[in-house]
Amino acid sequence: MNRILAVVRKEFLHILRDRRSLAVAVLMPLAMVLIYGAVMDMELRDLKVGVLDLDRSDRSRELVRAMTSSGFIVAAEHLPGREEIEPGFRQGRFLAALVVPRGYGGDLARGEARVQVLVDGADASTAATVANYLQAVVATVNRDLLREAGLAAPFGARTRIWFNPELVSARFVVPGLVALVLMMICALLTSIAITREKETGTLEQILTTPVTPAQVIAGKVLPYVALGALVCTMVLLAGKWVFGVPMAGSWWLLAAYCLLFIVIALALGLLISARSPSLRVAMMAALMVTMLPTMILSGFVFPIASMPGPLQVVCRLLPATHFLVVLRGIMLKGQSWFPLQTAALVVMAAVLLTLAVRSFRLRLE
Amino acid sequence: MSGEAAVFARGLTRRFGDFTAVESLDLEVAGGEIFGFLGANGAGKTTAIRMLCGLLPPSGGEARVAGCRVGRDTGALKRRIGYMSQRFSLYEDLTVLENLEFFGGVYGLGRAELAARADELLPRLGLDAERGRLTGSLPLGYKQRLSLGCALAHRPRVLFLDEPTGGVDPVARRGFWDLIYEQAAAGVTVFVTTHYMDEAEYCGRVSIMVQGRIVALDTPAGLKARTGGADMQDVFLRLVDA
Repeated sequence: MNRILAVVRKEFLHILRDRRSLAVAVLMPLAMVLIYGAVMDMELRDLKVGVLDLDRSDRSRELVRAMTSSGFIVAAEHLPGREEIEPGFRQGRFLAALVVPRGYGGDLARGEARVQVLVDGADASTAATVANYLQAVVATVNRDLLREAGLAAPFGARTRIWFNPELVSARFVVPGLVALVLMMICALLTSIAITREKETGTLEQILTTPVTPAQVIAGKVLPYVALGALVCTMVLLAGKWVFGVPMAGSWWLLAAYCLLFIVIALALGLLISARSPSLRVAMMAALMVTMLPTMILSGFVFPIASMPGPLQVVCRLLPATHFLVVLRGIMLKGQSWFPLQTAALVVMAAVLLTLAVRSFRLRLE
Repeated sequence: MSGEAAVFARGLTRRFGDFTAVESLDLEVAGGEIFGFLGANGAGKTTAIRMLCGLLPPSGGEARVAGCRVGRDTGALKRRIGYMSQRFSLYEDLTVLENLEFFGGVYGLGRAELAARADELLPRLGLDAERGRLTGSLPLGYKQRLSLGCALAHRPRVLFLDEPTGGVDPVARRGFWDLIYEQAAAGVTVFVTTHYMDEAEYCGRVSIMVQGRIVALDTPAGLKARTGGADMQDVFLRLVDA
């Protein structure tokens, strides 16, 4: 026990002496919560739309009014003619244009009216959102017109969004950041810490002492577990206080799953450090294996359901994917039963840990 | 030679695939002796030391160090030896005292014991004034003495020094050897490799290794008489080139 404590104490000294890395490890996740939470708003407000009203009737003005009164869309300008649309897109004066053709009012009375919506597709995700908004506006106007004619639409859908009614992005982002932070600190920093010691030769020096490899690993890893838990708590509290991210389920359950994920991250870190010949390789490998997939393929930002089939398989193989489902379930829905995800995470932890210990033993020979 | 030898090897061999790094090593070092383990680069000295320290399992033969069988009683063996490698394996971002405390700690020393040992060792190593200094900022000679201190923290019976004085000036080397003499006088067996032939003269007995085998083993005076060399440098060159 004394021996493990000696390693733990030394490792804490390393962490504390390296102020700059410590600041990055602590402040980066916090900054990410604040920035992602504030910036990654999926909604667009005050969207600028160019309007070309060729009909100039009461009906067409009604449509334009309905469109701009939603709060999301503002009419940027009324265009004098069709030739103004393209320069408007090119100069970025508006992202979409609505063209109301001549005779719209008359066509409407016969039920044959058509309007044209043009969208600037340079930014694909914004374009999709803009098109959706405009479709929704057209549907609303349609419904109002039917009601005016004394008809009711055969059916309508009323959407209510549960668990995150305002679709606040912070509620979506904070669980992902927890996964990212744990990966960063427990896998990336741990693999760096061990590889560095291999490179400077101090690992061999330690192995001439009665300390066993298992004690060395435990001592080196524990401070990073503590640091990971600390930063994780900070991220969760920042999410709660700044963005009102709820905690519908049990904190204990959350902590238990975080611990399971930490084991996975540590095993990955160990595996990387055992296999890497140098510090630089270890860093690159840790970034490629832990950070990037966690950010891109775990469903943290990009929905897995919309990825191509083979890539979805890759996503399912990532621990972070399953961890995120659990985190969001606990925090937003108050769920407490995750048979599939738990099985996946436990299997991954067991496999990675076995591999890590085995290759570490080989390296120390 | 009273009782059992501090370091004993019979037929100790290590192969890496087809390559035999150490071939049938025989030697016996008494308690309190300073034993010089010489050889050209690549002769197999470091491999032999790594086996004797329990870092590398032998492929054949047997060895006992401080009463422990190499490859069997590894835990007990490691508690009784100190090892200082050619690369000074100190933590540069830790202070002198913290390094000493860490290495004492991994040998299982408690806090009070560590403090007492540091108060005893640091003045003897001439490092008492530097105890709060970061190791990375120390001159090389200081680092070597601290390295020695870290290998001595747990009072080992056998001390393995693998090229301990590389790269420092003659004054610092002389000072370092004074510390080695002090340990030997206190009964510690010192097993040392070096490329400095003047240092070989300081050893009680010397072995010279060529391509994995010991080709000569005697006192410096005995070796000079046998080979007709004027000094150890001469002896070394004659034996290694032969």
